[in-house]
Amino acid sequence: MSEPINVSMTVNGSRVSCGVEPRSTLADFLRQTLALTGTHTGCEMGVCGACLVVVDGRVVHSCLMFAVQAGGSVIETVEGLTERAAIADLQDAFHLRNALQCGFCTPGMLMTAYSLLSQPGIPTRDEIRDALSGNYCRCTGYEAIVDAIENVARDRDAASIAQTREEAGA
Amino acid sequence: MNALTSLDRPNSYIGRSVPRPNAKRLLAGRGRYVTDFVLPRMLHVAYVRSPYAHARIVSIDAQAAREMPGVKLVATGQDLARLCTPWVGTMDHFKGMKSPPQLPLPVDKVVWSGQAVVAVVADTRALAEDAAETVAIEFDELPVVVDIDAARMPGSPVISPELGSNLCFHGKIDTGGVDDVFANAAHIVEEEFHFGRHTAVTMEPRAIIADYDASEQQLTVHHATQTPYQFQDIYSRHYGIPESRVRVIAPDIGGSFGMKLHMYHEDMAVVGLSIMLGRPVKYVADRIESFVSDIHARDHRVRARMAVDADGEILAMDVEDVTAIGAFSAYPRTSVVEGNQVYRLMGAPYTFRNYRADLQVVFQNKVQMSQYRAVGHPIACAVTERLVDMIAAKTARDVFEIRSGNLIPDDAYPCTSPTGYQFEALSHHACLAKLRQMMDYDRLRAEQAQLRSKGIHRGIGIATFVEITNPGPAFYGVGGARISSQDGAIIKITPSGDVRCLISVTELGQGTETIIGQIVAEHLGVDRNRIKVITGDTETTPHGGATYACRGAGIGGETALQAALKLKANVLSVAGAILQEASEKLDIQNGWIIDAATMHPRVELAEIARIVYFRSDTLPPGTQAQLSVTHHYAPQGYPFAFTNGVQGCHLELDVETGLVNILKVWVVEDCGRIINPLLVDEQIRGGVVQGLGAAFFEECAYGDNGQLTNGSLADYLVPMAVEMPDIEIGHVETPTLDTQLGAKGVGEAGTAAASAAALNAVNDAMAPFGGSIAQLPMTPARILKALGHI
Repeated sequence: MSEPINVSMTVNGSRVSCGVEPRSTLADFLRQTLALTGTHTGCEMGVCGACLVVVDGRVVHSCLMFAVQAGGSVIETVEGLTERAAIADLQDAFHLRNALQCGFCTPGMLMTAYSLLSQPGIPTRDEIRDALSGNYCRCTGYEAIVDAIENVARDRDAASIAQTREEAGA
Repeated sequence: MNALTSLDRPNSYIGRSVPRPNAKRLLAGRGRYVTDFVLPRMLHVAYVRSPYAHARIVSIDAQAAREMPGVKLVATGQDLARLCTPWVGTMDHFKGMKSPPQLPLPVDKVVWSGQAVVAVVADTRALAEDAAETVAIEFDELPVVVDIDAARMPGSPVISPELGSNLCFHGKIDTGGVDDVFANAAHIVEEEFHFGRHTAVTMEPRAIIADYDASEQQLTVHHATQTPYQFQDIYSRHYGIPESRVRVIAPDIGGSFGMKLHMYHEDMAVVGLSIMLGRPVKYVADRIESFVSDIHARDHRVRARMAVDADGEILAMDVEDVTAIGAFSAYPRTSVVEGNQVYRLMGAPYTFRNYRADLQVVFQNKVQMSQYRAVGHPIACAVTERLVDMIAAKTARDVFEIRSGNLIPDDAYPCTSPTGYQFEALSHHACLAKLRQMMDYDRLRAEQAQLRSKGIHRGIGIATFVEITNPGPAFYGVGGARISSQDGAIIKITPSGDVRCLISVTELGQGTETIIGQIVAEHLGVDRNRIKVITGDTETTPHGGATYACRGAGIGGETALQAALKLKANVLSVAGAILQEASEKLDIQNGWIIDAATMHPRVELAEIARIVYFRSDTLPPGTQAQLSVTHHYAPQGYPFAFTNGVQGCHLELDVETGLVNILKVWVVEDCGRIINPLLVDEQIRGGVVQGLGAAFFEECAYGDNGQLTNGSLADYLVPMAVEMPDIEIGHVETPTLDTQLGAKGVGEAGTAAASAAALNAVNDAMAPFGGSIAQLPMTPARILKALGHI
């Protein structure tokens, strides 16, 4: 059970290849082996959302997946999304709106927001709240998080309309 | 006409909404929580826990575990008792209070289910858990004490026989005259309330790394705690290590809410394990361990009644609270503070003078109950405010009318509550009026009546509250607990003119470092971006109370303010010497020494720093510039700075399913001088949601055998985004005159009254059906029962 198995995957744009124990979760592998400690574990049973990461384009609970199951996958954590500025506007909006306190749930919140806002259109507040229901936060009471995501959705929509107009004009 | 506000002055940061500089790091996934830390040669501990709530330990066989791969140490209670002296969770000012001595791990018996019994230390946590599974402990079951009445019956099994009974503390308050008032009252309302146990559920569980270096006899503890100085003292005294050689570092903390300021057995054991091994040892509670070992909160049964005259004037309250705290009182703050605040805060917003209360704090075989956000307040608030609503109903008065007729007038201060609390200045009526306007109350009532005819049942509830903040030494110090009520700050100007402030209040994400930076910037006269605030390390920051009981802004903030003024005087003194000018004619603005009268810039602060640090030869003879100051501030004047406010809750009850949809919450709050409105509002919102969790969802469910039956995040419900409403916040500002800053605390206000307003709103929604509920959480099953449907 604890004999390591060789696994290769792409994490935040870099090829990773190493031996992992079959029982090691993806969350523990990211945190302990790769020192990507922006991914957190809060419940280790897929409820709280602190461990969310992007696996092959989908946001998944890294505590519910074994590292060996991620072999061949493309994975992005909060560190990777930060470095390629994919969530810079969300991070700015969270910062300005004070949509975090202790920050432990925040990487997971950003993952959910990243996924939600990759859909077209502006989600309603209810839709944002619904999308966030797999993410527990004990500090904020959620409203500031909803506000921040809503603000980014509007800004992105406005920017996309402006770009469309610009392209049409050009 | 001067259209400028105070925020238009240079360096005006107090009162300004500015975001937290340290939040960007957390947003980038660069938080540094104890959970993340890895030290060289670090080992991990797993604990073998008791499956029984009460049992004698007959034998422990750990031989197989010692032979498992990667195992470095298996330690029992006996092993740790040789290193660590016992602790007792009592304070002298709770007369007659008792509690048994505690050790890191038990030596002869276990007293709650989930209590850690054996520590297994190995190279990894997984290996430690593998080995822990092979430890065989033989237990001899003892009778389990869980029920608060059975625990107090003569002949009941006594958990700690040496104490004589299961009663930890019995307190009484009696102003006299209560029986006469009730005998002659026009109306009496009474109710029996039940408040379940709930727990903090911090997103980051408890985490600690102890690192003992025998070569220097130095203990370094990385500890996810809000009170590092308290733990420095505890580790020093109980392990016999000089205080100067104990360093406690509290880095980023993933939530605390009062839970991470208590002494936990596993944490104390980790220190001993590190001493035994001479290597760093890490312990991180997993979620089930959190549920069975973090403090739980509340757990009260309150019987209360209120007397009123024919004009609707409240005359007296009579209260009996029985609260159960587990098998001992928590250390070092005790488990009596919760009950003490319950029975002293009852009726606190109101004018009546006759009060009688009886508090019994009871031992039982459950995990320890102790201070959690808004200690005691939600209980006192819910009981009082529900009784006030019952009086309103009985006397056919509106809920606003009954309150405005009975709340202490805003011009009646200072005054003292029947329980002895001294109020400097509160603003109940201003808050009530503001809430009514924000809620658009009359429209809501009209809408409620209209919707009722369509079978839609909405409820409106309000709850006034007072909150204890800025506690002085009367809180803990007088009871003999080595918990400071003062704070200390060191502020230094660096050679380039930047500022570093090292302060004893700690950052939990609530924004301590931000507001301290704002205060120093404003009172020293520099841009806040040039200030670095450093917290959470006993090695570098002065000793202080840190973060508890809503004291960070009021006491820590005043400490920073006074320290900044002291440093400013030093800067102006040396600037005067350099400029050949009287220092009182100078000021500092935006990092420049200016002429105070003309605002004309004279010399940059950085230039002063350069001269002081590198060219002291050019200063007038005898000049010894002091560009670092250390300053301490201990609160004086009122023992506490009370705050007040009122909350409103609007919800819709599905009378068929018992489900509640919370539509909106309003809060009007008076925390004195507001330093950062953005942060204050988010403290209130977060606090409200924790209060709504207690009102509707959160409960640690136990079986009769003392087993926790819902110890996972799938079974224990916490509020989710989709269930929570938007929360509108208003403010009244009544600064305390005890400090120059004028700030009071705000972190617990949201939690204090949210469940009370919700309780009143649910009862309001149920009113047409004749049902009523007096138990939290108000689960759908309990609501349906109250409605008579089940």
